[in-house]
Amino acid sequence: MIRFVVRRIAQGVPLLLVISLLVFALIHAAPGGPLSTYLENPNVRPEDIERLRRAMGLDRPLGLQYLSWLWAFVRGDWGFSYADGRPVLDRLAERVPATLELVASACVMALMAALPVGILAAVSRRFDRVTSVLAVAGISLPVFWLGLLLQLVFAGALGWLPSSGRAAFDGGDLADRLAHLVLPATVLAAALSAAWSRYLRRAMRDTVARPFMRAARARGLRERTLLLHHALPNALPTFVTVVLLDVSMMASGAVVTESIFAWPGIGSLFTESLARRDYTVLMAFLMVGSVAVMTLTLVADIAVYALDPRTRDAA
Amino acid sequence: MPRTVASTRAPLVALGLLTLLLVGAALAPWLAPYAMDGLDLANRRAAPSVEHWFGTDELGRDLLTRVLFGARVSLAIGLISALVSAAIGAAVGAIAGSAGRLVDDLLMRITDAMLAVPRLPLLMITAAVLQPSVPTLVLLVGLVGWMETARVVRAEVLSLAARDFVAAARAMGATPTRVILRHILPGVLPATAVATTLAVGRGILLESALSFFGVGVQPPTASWGNMLYQAQSTMSSEPWLAIFPGAMIFLTVLACNAVGDAIGSAQS
Repeated sequence: MIRFVVRRIAQGVPLLLVISLLVFALIHAAPGGPLSTYLENPNVRPEDIERLRRAMGLDRPLGLQYLSWLWAFVRGDWGFSYADGRPVLDRLAERVPATLELVASACVMALMAALPVGILAAVSRRFDRVTSVLAVAGISLPVFWLGLLLQLVFAGALGWLPSSGRAAFDGGDLADRLAHLVLPATVLAAALSAAWSRYLRRAMRDTVARPFMRAARARGLRERTLLLHHALPNALPTFVTVVLLDVSMMASGAVVTESIFAWPGIGSLFTESLARRDYTVLMAFLMVGSVAVMTLTLVADIAVYALDPRTRDAA
Repeated sequence: MPRTVASTRAPLVALGLLTLLLVGAALAPWLAPYAMDGLDLANRRAAPSVEHWFGTDELGRDLLTRVLFGARVSLAIGLISALVSAAIGAAVGAIAGSAGRLVDDLLMRITDAMLAVPRLPLLMITAAVLQPSVPTLVLLVGLVGWMETARVVRAEVLSLAARDFVAAARAMGATPTRVILRHILPGVLPATAVATTLAVGRGILLESALSFFGVGVQPPTASWGNMLYQAQSTMSSEPWLAIFPGAMIFLTVLACNAVGDAIGSAQS
């Protein structure tokens, strides 16, 4: 087990190097490079720019700049935000709890919908017809449009829920915080539950068709036992893998949802930094997003390893 | 995906809808009830009515007209970017699947890396940095969407290359290029078709998301995404400005996904 995990982490290192090269190249491809915010500012004199360039080491060869940036990044020195001069790490860290709260709630909501729907759709034809149409619709919904519509109906016309933010100005009690959470979490959960119910349905279908299921049925087991104790455990490893991979892709979803609902997480930090060309924050965001994807991919592999004894010999 | 979708008439309806959209977009200058930038100052911010089916915006421009013209931009970006993705993906996948271990490893690591970087944020930064024209935007959307195709094509190439008819072709003296082009590529096409159809929908979504954040298609060119971007601030007083362009995005992506699923399940 430990050897397996260590090997997977070792495989991730070259991947991270490729990603870091990509991110570094992207920022330096920008007209004006990392200093473009200052170049656009008429109050900054050319000699100041030159001084900044030297002070920040931007006059050194690109390869050297990359290596020193990478080394600093690995040590946890992510530079300072152009916007307010504070360390990037602090700015990101203070936004993480809000994003985790939002993503976790959305995942719970999506699982609560996807588990029963996926299982039932695998066994009931009529139910499957209705839910498969709904699922394709859910996958196709533009997240930002769904967000605007929900705001329009539930915050605007009906006035039941707040349209944005994480809590009322005075901090708010639990009910107030939950009320703020409902709309953004629903928007994020919509697409996830649609996709997840499809994955689970397919995994369950594949399992139900296997001979051991027919054998179990022939032994006279109840349909319920068959589904929950025989089919589900076999369908779970594939399902868990895709669920974790989808969760790791939440960076994109969080960017859209958080900016529509002014949710103070790292997604809205990204859009704020984009508007200000705050490159140090943007680079850190891309790196953190990629590391999150790789970490959850690893978690998915470990989960499958734990859930499915058959994979252990191969691993 | 779901066989039930294939067995109903859904894919046909979806295909019909896509055809209708394409025809509507192509004939926009003739079909549109008003001129593209025609101002009707007496009817500004008008709700949907008989004269203006989708209502008008703050300058009195007819929304149905703008949605039709926007369809040209949004559909073109979706379709062409999907073709770009398909071409890159097929090339990368075919090379990785047939050029030996070292090249394969290198290409697949790059593919994995591209898949790990969050797609929309990466595209948003690139677009904000480059401030692209519509053709550049097509290219950018295509450049972040080839990885799925590359993986599918590589897997197909590897499994086909191990089959007997390929060994037979080689034994008869076919060059490696000929084997790939004549024997392997045709077998890869169906899987590529599914990935490409799905990429059309994804491309339209990406374009609209970029434009929604103000870094995609720039006004005065209308796309469904930047219409939504402009509608955002007046949502409560003129909701139709947001409802119709968004509904067009939704229906188009839905149709693409339904067709893609149908092709996919017809194969299996």
